[in-house]
Amino acid sequence: MNKLLQSLTLAISLFVIAGPSSAIEIKQVTSAKGIKAWLVEDHTNPIITVDIAFRGGSALDPAGKEGLANLVSATLDEGAGAIKSQAFQQKLEDLAISLSFSSRLDSFSGSLRTLKKNQTIAFNLLRLALTEPRFDAEPIARIRGQIIANIRRQSENPRRIARRTLFKKLFQDHPYGRPSNGTEDSVNVIKIADLKIFVEQRLARNNLVVSVIGDITEADLKAQLDKTFGALPAKAMPWELAEITPDATKKTIVVDKAIPQSIITFAQPGIKRDHPDFFPAYVMNYVLGGGGFESRLYEEVREKRGLAYSAYSYLAPLDHAGIIIGGAGTANARTGETVTVLRDEWAKMHKKGLNSRELKDAKTYLTGSYPLRFSSSGRIAGMMTAIQMEKLGLGYIKKRNSLIEAVTLKDVNRVAAEMLDPEKLTMVVVGKPKGVTSTP
Amino acid sequence: MNFEKFYIGGRSFLAAVLLLFAFQTAEAGVFNPETFTLKNGMQVVVISNHRAPIVRHMVWYKVGAADEPRGKSGIAHFFEHLMFKKTTTLKSGEFSRIIAKNGGRDNAFTSHDYTGYHQSIAVDRLGIVMKLEADRMRGLILEDDQIEPERQVVLEERRSRTDNSPGAKLSEQMSAAMFINYPYHDPVIGWEHEIKALTKADLMKFYDQWYRPNNAILVVAGDITAAQLRPLAEKYYGSLPRGADVKRERTIEPPHNAAIRVTLRDARVRQPSIRRRYLAPSLLYGERGHVYPLEVLAQVFGGGTTSTLYRSLVIKQKLAVSAGAFYDGDNRGPSTFGFYASPRPGVGIEKLEAALDKEIAKLLDKGIDAKNVARAINTMQSEAIYARDSIGGGARVIGSALAAGHTIADVEEWPERISAVTKEQIDAAAKAILQIKNSVTGLLLNKKKKGS
Repeated sequence: MNKLLQSLTLAISLFVIAGPSSAIEIKQVTSAKGIKAWLVEDHTNPIITVDIAFRGGSALDPAGKEGLANLVSATLDEGAGAIKSQAFQQKLEDLAISLSFSSRLDSFSGSLRTLKKNQTIAFNLLRLALTEPRFDAEPIARIRGQIIANIRRQSENPRRIARRTLFKKLFQDHPYGRPSNGTEDSVNVIKIADLKIFVEQRLARNNLVVSVIGDITEADLKAQLDKTFGALPAKAMPWELAEITPDATKKTIVVDKAIPQSIITFAQPGIKRDHPDFFPAYVMNYVLGGGGFESRLYEEVREKRGLAYSAYSYLAPLDHAGIIIGGAGTANARTGETVTVLRDEWAKMHKKGLNSRELKDAKTYLTGSYPLRFSSSGRIAGMMTAIQMEKLGLGYIKKRNSLIEAVTLKDVNRVAAEMLDPEKLTMVVVGKPKGVTSTP
Repeated sequence: MNFEKFYIGGRSFLAAVLLLFAFQTAEAGVFNPETFTLKNGMQVVVISNHRAPIVRHMVWYKVGAADEPRGKSGIAHFFEHLMFKKTTTLKSGEFSRIIAKNGGRDNAFTSHDYTGYHQSIAVDRLGIVMKLEADRMRGLILEDDQIEPERQVVLEERRSRTDNSPGAKLSEQMSAAMFINYPYHDPVIGWEHEIKALTKADLMKFYDQWYRPNNAILVVAGDITAAQLRPLAEKYYGSLPRGADVKRERTIEPPHNAAIRVTLRDARVRQPSIRRRYLAPSLLYGERGHVYPLEVLAQVFGGGTTSTLYRSLVIKQKLAVSAGAFYDGDNRGPSTFGFYASPRPGVGIEKLEAALDKEIAKLLDKGIDAKNVARAINTMQSEAIYARDSIGGGARVIGSALAAGHTIADVEEWPERISAVTKEQIDAAAKAILQIKNSVTGLLLNKKKKGS
């Protein structure tokens, strides 16, 4: 070992990991009407950031109307109450308020950012958007056109094609297998009445989570919570979504596209966020393909062989299914070789797991880097929402690093053996790959 | 949409995305930085932000793709990748591994005007990062067994970013057409045949010429003050030898005398689009006085859903699904003022282009609406307040400005300079810049169907 490295290694062992919580104090606030929010008071800048989420996302879109949640998310801010589309947008613009909504498979989210001096108007615009959206014909037709244009644009994006094909194979007829932004046909048949039903049935107080950070006091927030969310219905329409084990049967699907670089993506069943093995799996994935420039996939595929610009894996825990996904992009001529390396690494992790040095390094990174997530209001608010959505509790941020520390080599390697099954890898390759063919 | 920024996150897509985001939202701002210069000429900037016990550490080199020797396109970016390899004290890949072991993250990026290396880490580990970054400024060792696989990685990066995407290929061709003689002609990532031909000697020469403390800027943002940083900066960077001063010699763009059209047809294009770019000044190139008026013009005429273009083409005439304008005066060399639009289904691209031309003609004929100018200026002022929020935002903005050759005042005084812009200045800038002979029009079309 050389001198610089020696001194650095020494330095590492001397440091005690600083907790991320030292600068972040989260309070749970409950309004008079019983609406709860998590708040970080921060009076450094005259800015308030609000992040909200409703449980239940695009997976609940009615069959044949895929893309409903997405269309609602793009039109809630196109006029509400007495304020028509352009006037609404102009108000946001003039006051430098940003208000936007988005949908995912299991949730529907909103975010609001405003200067403190405009907070009353900002919260009121959020209230109007959630409770009295206009859905006028002109903006709906316009936004529908934009979404369809985007669907067309994405329809030839190789990464999108790969992901779409993979999810369809993994989830078959389950709602998770459908295109969450819809298809041209499904987006075209969504009626304005459908948008209104969505708002009535899905945006309620019992499936709402609120996170706020910035220049606002607890008392002010309480008042705003009642004004903003008090008019939402108490309960969302109950829903059921079946649990599903992704269909993974060692199948390879090649989608023929005339592009120079093949896009490879693959998956198999993983675990959900509430599974007791989540952290062992999380640590294992970091070493396999999650850890930026340090992972095995990165090392073997990119560093050693120069086969790809990126090679990665990640856990995708959904509410009703767990998957682990991996991928890489490589020149058509080298696709066969790349797939072999990826499969070998999968098998190696399955059989042998991690060694103790890898576990130690993974823990040091995962615990030490946790504070880096607290670098902006938007990120902190988003994290508070995610913690609430997963019901991890107010103390989670303080507790989280100890959960990583508690992971043992035995746990990780048991999970690697159970979860990673090279025989059950479902793979999609988009391009003109050499050395890879579709499973008959 | 953003067609004119050519940043390349050296090591991951995410970095590139974050970079664009940071730049778009954090352009304005009063970051109140502190600055000092080390004896060897390295400038140091500190932006305190005590939100969390973390820092963003960045070293910016005043060299980018536009400083490459002719015929060596891609060398600045390729070299950036190689900075993560072997040094006199580290094995290849060890740099990132040590940072990760300390709970840090690192990455790098290259643009036409600068190259940046950055790490995020707990403030008590800052010294480790500084030691490593100082080590590779002068201690890099290039060997063939590292260069060759990395060359393949860069070629894959090129395929991934450009060759796999018809839209990106059109952008590359448009820039090549736009800049007849200025080095922005070449893409940051380089032309494939030139990336393949770069030699170890080329790379070493590039390193020795540009990677010197007197050609570098250290920017640290986060839970630290200048008084705390100074001893660390002196300890780790202060001992590096000052190199020969380098001059960034760049060729000059001649007057443009003919409108240029670039058409890319590809069977994979399912949603056509049009882009139009006009050669424009920047803070350091051409008529500087037009820069701030053009920024306000882009906002009023084509920034978002309340802009003139969006209202006309998308809402009133229902010809387009999207339409807007963009401009960025922060280049070291010439900039461009651009427009984009994408037609509604069934609308021919010719019809959309005619409508766009009509809007531009109307702007030149009648001038901009003074009331909308006041509104836009007001909104842009607020953006400066938001820019202070994130720890990395200020470091990115100030670092890129200084590395391109601007001053801290250019960043800090931005809100005042924007608020001083008048309708008359905007009208004059529009007349001076939006001349068809200065333009490149790019069409992205499906191969089969003509014009739609």
